[in-house]
Amino acid sequence: MTQTRRTDESLPLTGLPDARGHFGPYGGIFVAETLMEPLEELRLAWEKYGQDADFLAELDHDLAQFVGRPSPLYHAERWSRQLGGAQVYLKREDLNHTGAHKVNNTVGQALLAKRLGKKRIIAETGAGQHGVATATVAARLGLECVVYMGAEDIQRQAINVYRMRLLGAEVVSVESGSRTLKDALNEAMRDWVTNVDNTFYIIGTVAGPHPYPAMVRNFQTIIGREARAQVLEQTGRLPDALIACVGGGSNAIGLFHPFLDDDGVAMYGVEGGGYGLDSGKHAAPLCAGRPGVLHGNRTYLMEDQDGQIIETHSVSAGLDYPGVGPEHAWLKDSGRAEYVAVTDEQALDAFHALTRTEGIIPALESSHALAWAQQLAPQLAADRLLIVNLSGRGDKDIHTVAALEGIQV
Amino acid sequence: MSRIAGRFESLRARGRKALIPYITAGDPEPSVTVPLLHALVEAGADVLELGVPFSDPMADGPVIQAACERALAHHVSLHQVLDMVRSFREQDSDTPVVLMGYLNPIEVMGYEPFARAAHAAGVDGVLTVDLPPEEAAELVACLKAEQLDPIFLAAPNSDAERIRRMTENGGGFLYYVSFKGVTGANRLDVQAVADKLEQIRGHTDLPVGVGFGIRDAESAAQIAAVADAVVVGSALVTRIAALADRPGEIVARAPQVIADMRAAMDRA
Repeated sequence: MTQTRRTDESLPLTGLPDARGHFGPYGGIFVAETLMEPLEELRLAWEKYGQDADFLAELDHDLAQFVGRPSPLYHAERWSRQLGGAQVYLKREDLNHTGAHKVNNTVGQALLAKRLGKKRIIAETGAGQHGVATATVAARLGLECVVYMGAEDIQRQAINVYRMRLLGAEVVSVESGSRTLKDALNEAMRDWVTNVDNTFYIIGTVAGPHPYPAMVRNFQTIIGREARAQVLEQTGRLPDALIACVGGGSNAIGLFHPFLDDDGVAMYGVEGGGYGLDSGKHAAPLCAGRPGVLHGNRTYLMEDQDGQIIETHSVSAGLDYPGVGPEHAWLKDSGRAEYVAVTDEQALDAFHALTRTEGIIPALESSHALAWAQQLAPQLAADRLLIVNLSGRGDKDIHTVAALEGIQV
Repeated sequence: MSRIAGRFESLRARGRKALIPYITAGDPEPSVTVPLLHALVEAGADVLELGVPFSDPMADGPVIQAACERALAHHVSLHQVLDMVRSFREQDSDTPVVLMGYLNPIEVMGYEPFARAAHAAGVDGVLTVDLPPEEAAELVACLKAEQLDPIFLAAPNSDAERIRRMTENGGGFLYYVSFKGVTGANRLDVQAVADKLEQIRGHTDLPVGVGFGIRDAESAAQIAAVADAVVVGSALVTRIAALADRPGEIVARAPQVIADMRAAMDRA
């Protein structure tokens, strides 16, 4: 396990995407013509301000003083002992303001919106974490904010809906299609195409048309940059493996990317296995889907034989998405990262295990990564080291967990 | 000469503008589509736009989203849409047919197999909403190899360079989206359209069709005065939706909206 497997050594991993947003055959720009101009405007702004000392200083300030970075890298000693193998370290993104890694990106994009003079922010959200993180930065900057959310998710995540409304955002219930995250993204795109002149669309993950996958990744790599420095400082060595859950894949790419050139570091992206890959009721396009085009990029998708996007299932609303960021598609094909799935049941088991042994209630999304650590750690010697991205806290999920266990909260 | 180019040439010779209705294939049920296409030709359509239903029609407003959902309730696939065109061609070898839809169903079939099958079925042009010219080279080559016209969408914010690229790669006609928004919205500004068409005509001899927001005979006539073709989608699909629970009446009644537009366009 110490040596990572690359199926093709000639495939480049860093320096991507290319000028038009391609990661090998994946990524790109697949949108209606009206969106080409705002995407170009966004690309130019991102390239300009991504190098701009004042912008970066403001971003660093906000990440430190508003988000609370750096987040700790925490050695889960008791849980590691219980697992009886490798040492598990948790990157504590759950301790960020608003309770998840999502805010790293929304702070950055909101600063871009401000530079571009856009007065109106829109976003899509699944679990509501990205919606809350967007409503939060919009409130702070005094910008109008509209969040699209599937009607189904509004039911599942009532607390986050109320949080967004408290923050002054308008939450629009999306009743079309499967009434989940993918439909919220469609509706946000329709809003954007209608209001391109005054509106900035903050996409919450490393998917969508270029430059979003690369831009969101760059805002999220703060996770991996910190983790790399912290693990070296605490242990004097690099980890043997990184583990992160993958819905759209922003927390995973944020952790993985700064380690891509560290050949000895294995990477595991953990998808929502739902009721199991054989059941067909899951959210694991990298494990069980195939390449196609949706939401502005080419990537692995959950689709039927006619190319229609199919409904996904995961206990975790944040993983319940039929696509995945194009860079993950590329990391899969290149063999640099391995993608696996864990079931709802395994994720719930890990949720309880971490809560009871470490006093940390993890998000159901992050519990998928923990579940893979739970399987992997016992197979490894005690001197091996795993970093799990604890991408969010589980407070938002306690009603879901209680309901699954037949408990009325 | 392609069937689309030939149609525009003969219309021009007669001083007439093209009327292009759009319907979603299989809406509200598959048996309606082929008779409805014939009825639309009877009502005065010059070119037919047949929508390939897709689960995630990102560029469409609620009317066409709902049409896609009605068709997909019958699992209408791209293969079936091609079968419908083949069946239409048994009685009509003159009226050009353009497929309009999203890229993913074509990706799944494969570009070459799709182009071959579409040509064999009697399709004349292909318009892929989410495929801008930057990503289109491969599909365009496959379409052209089968004498199919790739039809691009231009928007109010497309600059001269982009329009040049579309007209170089495209064929048949250029589809100008009349406003920034989704299909079916009520934002048509005829003067703004006229100004942009003048700019577009500086770059190309391709006929220019205008769609989005043309809802009645009056707006059809206004657009016909400045464009080569008038594309009508949501206004027609709304009539179909109203009759969705009485599909037997659709073929007789829905095309009236097209006949009214035809009359107004020809009067002008």
